[in-house]
Amino acid sequence: MGDIAIRVEEIGKLYRIGKREKYKTLRDTLASAFTAPFRNAGKLLRGEWADPGESDPTIWALKDISFEVQRGEVIGVIGGNGAGKSTLLKILSRITEPTTGFAEIHGQVASLLEVGTGFHPELTGRENIFLNGAILGMKRAEIERKFDEIVAFSEVERFIDTTVKHYSSGMYLRLAFAVAAHLEPEILIVDEVLAVGDAAFQRKCLGKMGDVAKEGRTVFFVSHNMAAISSLCTRALLLDSGRLKVSDTPQSVIEEYLSKTRKDAGVPLSERKDRKGGGKVRFTNASVLNNRGEVVESVVSGQDISISLAYEIPSSEKIDNAIVQIKFAGGLGQQLFACLSRTSSRESIELVPGARLYCNIPRLPLAPGLYTYSIWCKVAGRLEDLVSEAGMLSVSEGDYFGTGIFPARTVGDFLVAHTWSTR
Amino acid sequence: MEESVQVIRIEPSKGWVALQLKELWAYRELLYFLIWRDVKVRYKQTALGAAWAIIQPVFTMIVFSLFFGRLAKIPSDGIPYPIFAYAALVPWTFFSQGLGQAANSLVGSSNLLKKVYFPRLSVPIASVLSGLIDFLIAFIVLLGMMLYYGIHPTLNVIWLPFLLLLTVITSLGVSLWLSALNVHFRDVRHVLPFLTQFWLFATPIAYPSSLLSESWRTLYSINPMVGVVEGFRWALLGVETAPGPMLIVSSLVALALLVGGVFYFRRLEKTFADVL
Repeated sequence: MGDIAIRVEEIGKLYRIGKREKYKTLRDTLASAFTAPFRNAGKLLRGEWADPGESDPTIWALKDISFEVQRGEVIGVIGGNGAGKSTLLKILSRITEPTTGFAEIHGQVASLLEVGTGFHPELTGRENIFLNGAILGMKRAEIERKFDEIVAFSEVERFIDTTVKHYSSGMYLRLAFAVAAHLEPEILIVDEVLAVGDAAFQRKCLGKMGDVAKEGRTVFFVSHNMAAISSLCTRALLLDSGRLKVSDTPQSVIEEYLSKTRKDAGVPLSERKDRKGGGKVRFTNASVLNNRGEVVESVVSGQDISISLAYEIPSSEKIDNAIVQIKFAGGLGQQLFACLSRTSSRESIELVPGARLYCNIPRLPLAPGLYTYSIWCKVAGRLEDLVSEAGMLSVSEGDYFGTGIFPARTVGDFLVAHTWSTR
Repeated sequence: MEESVQVIRIEPSKGWVALQLKELWAYRELLYFLIWRDVKVRYKQTALGAAWAIIQPVFTMIVFSLFFGRLAKIPSDGIPYPIFAYAALVPWTFFSQGLGQAANSLVGSSNLLKKVYFPRLSVPIASVLSGLIDFLIAFIVLLGMMLYYGIHPTLNVIWLPFLLLLTVITSLGVSLWLSALNVHFRDVRHVLPFLTQFWLFATPIAYPSSLLSESWRTLYSINPMVGVVEGFRWALLGVETAPGPMLIVSSLVALALLVGGVFYFRRLEKTFADVL
């Protein structure tokens, strides 16, 4: 039992979502405006102001969450928007109180919900290191000891005595992260701090997180970066609508999450309302085919694949001057490449009611990971349908180079065919 | 190993909560850094810099001396009117500036409150205490004026630290109420200028409290700034009326304000992150 780092018992958090005013007439409104200050003042003095009134609409951002984290575990939390991830972190960081249940944290804890919290633009880099360090819970002596290391890590030595408002956003971030990276708590609670900055910076952050994890600290972090979750975490939690759905190995939790989002994103293409365009053509289904033409969940690097698109044409007439594009983005939302019919072929696309449209990609040059794609269709230069994140493409390791050697996971999103020679 | 591990328990709090002053003490370095930040930033990008700490009380003194001293011929307990007013304006400026800074302090650091845990009390406390530097600067000017007017402080000057403490307590007490209220009701921001102006005239700064009879004076000092101001004059300028009873009443009220303020603040504290 002595090895528990975090224990959470039936935590729930109720939020009020906006107060609805129910004034009917001007007279009521005025009367209420006059009496309200007195009623409010009474409430206020009793300190009851903050308690949610019965009439207000409320929402459970978290409900009945229970779990335990052992010392030394690295826990990743995943879930869609509004699943309650941030609320959970805020409760564990003691920023907000739970409405029900309790949590226990055994050991010295530091939370990092944002990098550069409390940075003041009018202070210099040096001054901000001290201020930010103190805010994150470091002792002055500790900051002084690590100061040189922090500065070196941030790579802004030359500007350390410049006020931070003159920093580029990249420098600002590097300095902020450098301070955060030198926290040495027993338990570290981290929010999506990695979702900022350029790719090189993100890699550096991930590396640092990996080091922290290897040192045997307990880390609890939220991320949308599945690659980070699967490579860093020993266990993952899946939150959905404020409830804890699964707690298992990162791999299986990620699969569960993706299959759920696929369910969310798979059925819907025909039902999705968040689309743009005139509607002469509507995509109803998008699926990924492997080199044997089978619909699959996951493809392999280097395989010949196809994206198969089903569509409907409300007028039931053949369209012969369409342009279609499928645009791929990486797990962090970065744009990768687009397959645009107008550039890959001189001819327009013919859309026949009832047929399917295939986009064939030979020798898929994507590294293992999870990708999403958006599709659009223009007819006679007019946008008729656009669905962003219409589907997902899960790529696993494959023999892209035909050498029997699987390329390493971490070097970028693309694999590029090449040869070596000496002359 | 259990005893070496600190356990933090996170659960919903009900009603009035413990003050956890111990924790506030444990975070004293943060408090220091917050004060240090406020002091550093206060006069950044101003042309006159720290001179502002002097300009405000000095100009108010000049205006008061002209209108109240010269024109209205308000008595000043036998002391030259300018220094009579200035000795009161020094603690008053500390008080009113403290209120102004602290009342908006929580709203101003909402990004901190929403992202990091630390004892929330440190925010308004830092705002109030950072004014001590300005106080010190303005106080040096006061000493200069005493030299100029040839006024020698009496032995009562040993009470000065206590009087300063009383000023801090009063300022902090009111600030805690206002800052916590301001989170829920931004009305505070609009009330504040009015409140400080009203308070300025309810305090014997432009006039001596000796205009009132002894018994009224004691009642008057329910306004803790009355005790502060009269105390300063008595300790530094050697005004004859010893403000004993006034100081006692003022101190009690100031303490009550502070204690009530701390409890009230702690009670509302849990809602800050959700409301800001």
